[in-house]
Amino acid sequence: MTKANSLKNQPDERGHFGPYGGRYVAETLMPLILQVEQAWNKAKADPAFWDEFEELARDYIGRPSPLYFAKSTTEHCGGAKIYFKRDELNHTGAHKINHCIGQVLLARRMGKTRIIAETGAGQHGVATATVCALFDIPCVVFMGAKDIERQKPNVFRMKLLGAEVKAVESGSNSLKDAMNEAMRDWVTNVHDTYYLIGTVAGPHPFPAMVRDFQSVIGKELRAQITEREGRLPDTLVACIGGGSNAMGLFHPFLDDTGVNLIGVEAGGHGVDTDEHAASLTGGKPGVLHGMQSYFLQNEDGQIDEAHSISAGLDYPGIGPEHAWLFDEKRVDYVSVTDDEALEAFQLCTKLEGIIPALEPAHAFAHVMKIAPDLPKDHILVMNMCGRGDKDIFTVAEKLGVKI
Amino acid sequence: MNRIEKTFAALKRPALVSFITAGDPDRETSQAVLDALPEAGADIIELGMPFSDPMADGPVIQAASGRALQAGADMKQTLSMVQQFREKNDDTPIVLMGYFNPVLAYGVQQFAKDASAAGVDGMIIVDLPPEEDEELQTAAKANGLDIIRLITPTTDESRLKTLLNGASGFLYYVSITGVTGTASANMDKLKPHIVEIKKHTKLPIVIGFGIKTPDDAAAMGQIGDAVVVGSSIVQTIENNDKNTAAGAVSEQVKALSEAL
Repeated sequence: MTKANSLKNQPDERGHFGPYGGRYVAETLMPLILQVEQAWNKAKADPAFWDEFEELARDYIGRPSPLYFAKSTTEHCGGAKIYFKRDELNHTGAHKINHCIGQVLLARRMGKTRIIAETGAGQHGVATATVCALFDIPCVVFMGAKDIERQKPNVFRMKLLGAEVKAVESGSNSLKDAMNEAMRDWVTNVHDTYYLIGTVAGPHPFPAMVRDFQSVIGKELRAQITEREGRLPDTLVACIGGGSNAMGLFHPFLDDTGVNLIGVEAGGHGVDTDEHAASLTGGKPGVLHGMQSYFLQNEDGQIDEAHSISAGLDYPGIGPEHAWLFDEKRVDYVSVTDDEALEAFQLCTKLEGIIPALEPAHAFAHVMKIAPDLPKDHILVMNMCGRGDKDIFTVAEKLGVKI
Repeated sequence: MNRIEKTFAALKRPALVSFITAGDPDRETSQAVLDALPEAGADIIELGMPFSDPMADGPVIQAASGRALQAGADMKQTLSMVQQFREKNDDTPIVLMGYFNPVLAYGVQQFAKDASAAGVDGMIIVDLPPEEDEELQTAAKANGLDIIRLITPTTDESRLKTLLNGASGFLYYVSITGVTGTASANMDKLKPHIVEIKKHTKLPIVIGFGIKTPDDAAAMGQIGDAVVVGSSIVQTIENNDKNTAAGAVSEQVKALSEAL
């Protein structure tokens, strides 16, 4: 495939993925965001930057994450051959650490002395607090009051790591509002602060930069599956909130038209109800948080509250590259409800002895739907992007168990 | 000359720009407050378009947006409030201020057309930098609306060129790095920056963010062509009930105006 035809060439120099992406931020932030872009372009082209990233990825995160043949799940389904990419085994228990290491290295190069982040499930907050502890940088994490309640273990972990966790009580008290508050902090402390965005969203260059750090997942998988099976997989499945783990898994395969890519959005109580977080299947194009993308919104352009059992997917938008891939029909986007994810959470735990986070439990639920009907030589890889320790309280409550 | 140009040409002192959020706390009260502003001393009115996620605003204006939306405000209502205002006042400029998504949802072309027909003079879209505002610029120009650009303490000379290209009406100088209604500006840093900007443009410079009292207004009026008071007026609306809001805001605006 020639470079001009490649789906991997996005975004353009102004950060547009087709009509999506861009830079929709307050003017106060524009000079800084242009500086982030310059610093990123410079770092990206510097082998020393990648040497540092790769060393930490290996020795601190524990990369490469294993590719695991999920034998019991495969037998249970009786169809496709199912593998898990084990990013839940990373240090801090999810894929978020990949882009945190990358961005903290960039922030240090830029001479920034304070880091802020937003978090939903707390995985990105914990990963950010972790790298800030590692490099001894003050860290403030914004988290919706609702999420603080349902993700208590992660809140405590962040505090142990030395981060200040600020409860956000505006709007829906969840991830979207935490991001608003982080933006407000950033505009106020623009001189010394780096906003370590936790997904492939926000103003350019964040969507592309976070994707590039997360692409380590797809690149490793490419080598691992080729070694194991002698060929590329047939189907890749990942859950999507903002879309960072999915983008990292998919991106190295975008030009491999034989590889079927499936993104699983959070269907909450069902995409035909008012309570879900499926921005692509249930939203429309709009502008929020520095980017043009798909958002859940009403006719007047007011952003709707998202709903998902999973705090990490409880976001009414999605990264702009996903919006573009949705329009281009390169990736299939489907949704899974809270109940289906809850059932998948339990099934995966029993079958594999792996407690998945509620986020990849959505991906697992979709795998359960499609795998039985696929041929036995069909290779399916699901990204196990996070572990479920943080979710046991939520799950216990849903199941009516007191712990 | 359009209303904004006429206003600046006629003024013998710095202008007072008063901000309120359209539909806060409800249409009727908000209309009464709006209609009373010119007589109280507001030279220009900045009318906030309510948005669910006002990222550049502090708690006071966030709450105002919330109240307005709760009471059923939408873009159609905002434009109809301007139309009703224009039935009695054809002189005081109205500038809409808000975020891009509600404009996009309305339709950029249609919005410019309907805003102009309602009697709007210009607009400030906080999260739409020059890099992304081409469509709105074209639509605004075609309908005689000014696009007001924001200049901030982080604006350097090269950025200033980008901002001035396509700017019209006036320049809105965001006097602090931060959200609305919080800190006060540092005069020592502000003054030389504004002197520098004046070398590059003939557009009036309107200073906003962090101006609360008549004293603040008087001080900022010495270095800018106009000052914006927002959060403290919105706070007055919050502190009053439907019957007293318009009167209380008028008194406050009168004091601000007299200080200039």
